[in-house]
Amino acid sequence: MLNLVLRRLGTMVLIMLVVALLLFLINEGDPRLIARSVLGPYAQDEQLDAWIMQHGYDRSLFVRYFEWISRVLTGDLGDSIIYKRPVNEIFWDRLGNTAILAGVTFLVMVVVALVLGVLAGMKEGSTQDRVISVFSIATTSVPEYASAVILAGVFVYWLAVLPGTSSMTGGFSVVELILPVLVLTLYGFGYIARMTRASMAEVMTTPYIRTAVLKGLPYRHIIMKHALRNALIAPFTVIMLQINWLLSGVVVTEFAFGYKGFGALLLEAALRRDIFLIEACGLAAVFVAVFTQTVGDLGYTYLNPRIRFK
Amino acid sequence: MTDQTTTAAPDSRLMTAARSVLLLRESPVGVFGGLIVLTFMLLAIFAPLVAPFDPNATILPFATPGTANPEGGIFLFGTDHLGRDILSRIIWGGQRVLFYASAATISAYVVGILMGLAAGYFRGWLDEVISFVANVILSFPIMVLYVLIIAKFGASGINIIFAVVFASSPGIMRIVRGVTMDIATRDYIAAAQTRGEGPWYIMLVEILPNARGPLIVDFCLRMGYTTITIGALGFLGLGLPPPDPDWGGMITETRAFVTGGFPHMAIFPACAVSLLVLGFNLLADGLREVSLRD
Repeated sequence: MLNLVLRRLGTMVLIMLVVALLLFLINEGDPRLIARSVLGPYAQDEQLDAWIMQHGYDRSLFVRYFEWISRVLTGDLGDSIIYKRPVNEIFWDRLGNTAILAGVTFLVMVVVALVLGVLAGMKEGSTQDRVISVFSIATTSVPEYASAVILAGVFVYWLAVLPGTSSMTGGFSVVELILPVLVLTLYGFGYIARMTRASMAEVMTTPYIRTAVLKGLPYRHIIMKHALRNALIAPFTVIMLQINWLLSGVVVTEFAFGYKGFGALLLEAALRRDIFLIEACGLAAVFVAVFTQTVGDLGYTYLNPRIRFK
Repeated sequence: MTDQTTTAAPDSRLMTAARSVLLLRESPVGVFGGLIVLTFMLLAIFAPLVAPFDPNATILPFATPGTANPEGGIFLFGTDHLGRDILSRIIWGGQRVLFYASAATISAYVVGILMGLAAGYFRGWLDEVISFVANVILSFPIMVLYVLIIAKFGASGINIIFAVVFASSPGIMRIVRGVTMDIATRDYIAAAQTRGEGPWYIMLVEILPNARGPLIVDFCLRMGYTTITIGALGFLGLGLPPPDPDWGGMITETRAFVTGGFPHMAIFPACAVSLLVLGFNLLADGLREVSLRD
């Protein structure tokens, strides 16, 4: 087990280094482009050259990459070009906002998905199962940007019960969080629900469940005490992998509702070529994704006694 | 041994294909999905004949659904803020979306299949390298990757195809690699090797056709994802260049009017993209169900 953990962590570090290299090459590969985005479109060539010399961008990529990595590791993310402030001052707030949005969504989504998945999987082929399955395929087919405008039409325009934007300008507001969470949950829960259903349906056909039924145990007891324990191992990995997808959805949803999170920040930075901001957002996104994947893998190994005790 | 395992006279390719289409009939959900996709494809192909108006002509701004066009005809889905007919834009947009989604998905498949076959068949260091590269790419949240690529290289049809190939071929590679490693242990592969067939002949002629089951299902799903992606890029302002319609772009141009009294402008294209994706998902589901049955 320890061996596996170390190997996994090693892979994680290696992947992060390569991802960092990719981000670095895309953003800082050409010093003239950096100088151009810092100094603006009207800077003269001589000014660009002077800036490149002054900030050490004339040195080799190799040297600059390691220098950049060590700066990032010590917490120096550089200065934002569009905000004219250190990235650190903007970035962490935005990341915190996204953590709230993603955290709430994650909770709601996992609960909804597990409940529906278990309900569908415990009676495979029943009407209950079919209704839930069709519903989860249908919601998975509505991308965030589509459900965002459809739900805005319903709840903001026709029913006029919810606000249409979630910029949280007047401080944190739970009401403004409802639509983004709903949009992300609708699109995201279907996959977990389907995996839970499949896993549950498989467990329900095993001999030990049949034994429990034949022993005359109450149905509720069989589901809660016997089936769930094994049926929830496989969905665990899927749930952790879903965080990667959630981050994708966050970019679109934050843009759709004007939510001030890191996804919207990344988009803004990318569109306006704010190099250091792009790097910070990209690194954070990949770190979260790789970290949750690693946890998902390790957790699965740990939860499954057949693998753990091998 | 080999004599006994040979089956009855092999069907022609056409017969096999026809039979698989008929098999789908056993899954009503799959048929329904297939019909949705087929309808959109026909609309796309015959867009010049079906679309009631010119998609870029500015006729009558802010018309609600059902309003009559003063020059004749009816705006079934209304018009947008510039006075363009939404139904015509959805039909023409569907053509664009389906064209780029197919081109991108098929290109991703070509790349993914070649890499997966090579990794799964040759194994060794080549497998290690390909799999590591795939792991690195797959560790990006996909929309972050798209934003980074498109923002760097610019929004154009060819760049969108390139971005989709880059982002989704690793996933295809993983599926193909897994199936290839499984099939490579079969007797008929050993037979081909003994006959002295070259590795690429074995991969493309012996392995690939036998790996098609999971790939066809995945292809339908991925067509859906790519449709979503193209729409999302359009929505974020990184999509196909205007003024020609694409669904994501239509939504983003008109979404400000949803709460301002004209929700139809953005909701119809939103329904179009959802319906097409639903079609692909149901089709994939039906195919999976049917393929698991036998």
